[in-house]
Amino acid sequence: MLEHLELFFKSIFIDNMVFAVFLGMCSYLAVSKKVSTAVGLGAAVIFVLGVTVPLNWLLDQYLLKDGALVWLGPEYADYDLGFLSFILFIATIATMVQLVEIVVEKFSPSLYNSLGIFLPLIAVNCAILGGSLFMQTREIPNLGLALNYGVSSGIGWFLAILAIAAIREKIRYSNVPAPLRGLGITFIITGLMGIGFQSFGGMLTGDNEPPEPTETTTAKTEEIKENKEIKKEIDDEERTISYNEVINK
Amino acid sequence: MALLSKKDANLILDPLADNNPITIQVLGICSALAITAELKASVVMALSVLFVLGAGNVVISLLRNVIPSKIRIIVQLVVVATLVIIVDQVLKAFAYELSKTLSVFVGLIITNCIIMGRFEAFALGNGPWKSFLDGIGNALGYGIILVIIGFFRELLGSGTLFGFPVLGDPVTKTGLYALGYENNGFMIIPPAALIVVGIVIWVQRSRNRTLIEEA
Repeated sequence: MLEHLELFFKSIFIDNMVFAVFLGMCSYLAVSKKVSTAVGLGAAVIFVLGVTVPLNWLLDQYLLKDGALVWLGPEYADYDLGFLSFILFIATIATMVQLVEIVVEKFSPSLYNSLGIFLPLIAVNCAILGGSLFMQTREIPNLGLALNYGVSSGIGWFLAILAIAAIREKIRYSNVPAPLRGLGITFIITGLMGIGFQSFGGMLTGDNEPPEPTETTTAKTEEIKENKEIKKEIDDEERTISYNEVINK
Repeated sequence: MALLSKKDANLILDPLADNNPITIQVLGICSALAITAELKASVVMALSVLFVLGAGNVVISLLRNVIPSKIRIIVQLVVVATLVIIVDQVLKAFAYELSKTLSVFVGLIITNCIIMGRFEAFALGNGPWKSFLDGIGNALGYGIILVIIGFFRELLGSGTLFGFPVLGDPVTKTGLYALGYENNGFMIIPPAALIVVGIVIWVQRSRNRTLIEEA
């Protein structure tokens, strides 16, 4: 529970996709001229991240990791297919985006009309592939946390694009120096927002460590409205035990 | 230029300044910002993109009459992903420390919009030689901006270039530091990259006013 909360806040504020690691900047800059389109794209990103990160977690866990193929039999324990992760992740993402597009078009034409045009854009959005790759390097321990990570990173991205779109709508009335107009000022504003977001760094105590429940968590539980939490106590321990048994044999 | 006709030379020279992928076309920002705290990482990133874009453009251009247009995105992704895996494995084998610094950003070359953008806009409609030149030109335009950002961030932030101290030693107070100069820690943190890009755009557009955007 606590680790879910911690990961949730960490992914939204501290490791914000846009301000801390600059993922999805291309669409962030291109689609942030109006708030309404920004909301559409942001929602699509949350959705696709929420689907692809857990899927890629499963792929990573049962196919790609060092020794992940052990479920096929003990003789597969030495295989490390890690070098295939880029191609598998991007294929999963492209397929999922296509699939989601078809399903949404079929079952909810109104949602399709608002999200639809953004879905193909998303296949090549670095935030989506970045979400999966960071999930892999940060060694998220179970499926529930992977889902949490996907959704909360998406929310972080959503917040960022919403904020910049609102600022860009207002800044039209300001007298910006001509060479800075448009792109230049957007970069500088994003930089300033990023500095603001840095101050969230003090919110949790662990700096770049993978989240672990510490007694000094400062997150206030009353403020949490949304906590996508799926209790799935994956039988990790059991699996490692059987894995060890297999190795001992 | 005996080697290249004027038109071909323009394919390389245009993206360096007036049609720069980062400052004008706004493509491939993601990786450009995250790894530019050190000059060395910027140069390696620029070289990786040079390889992927040059080779990828040629492959796509050779295949352009065979790829059905409906599934072209996925074909393009597979081509890029293959090339990026090669880059990643080479980096891991010969420059392990550096590949740790670049972490996921090597993988993110796959979704670098410059690459998909050039495939779509150029390689699908032109021959291999032209596509190759176009790829090299755009990758160089991308690399130049990366090196400029990396240069200023490393020089002002850590007082080093490629890891060599060029402004003296901050601990023993030699060189500039003897005069009371201090490193600007602000340049190391991620948001500084955005501000540096903003300033690069500002300078470029002040010099060439035709590039200024309306509104």
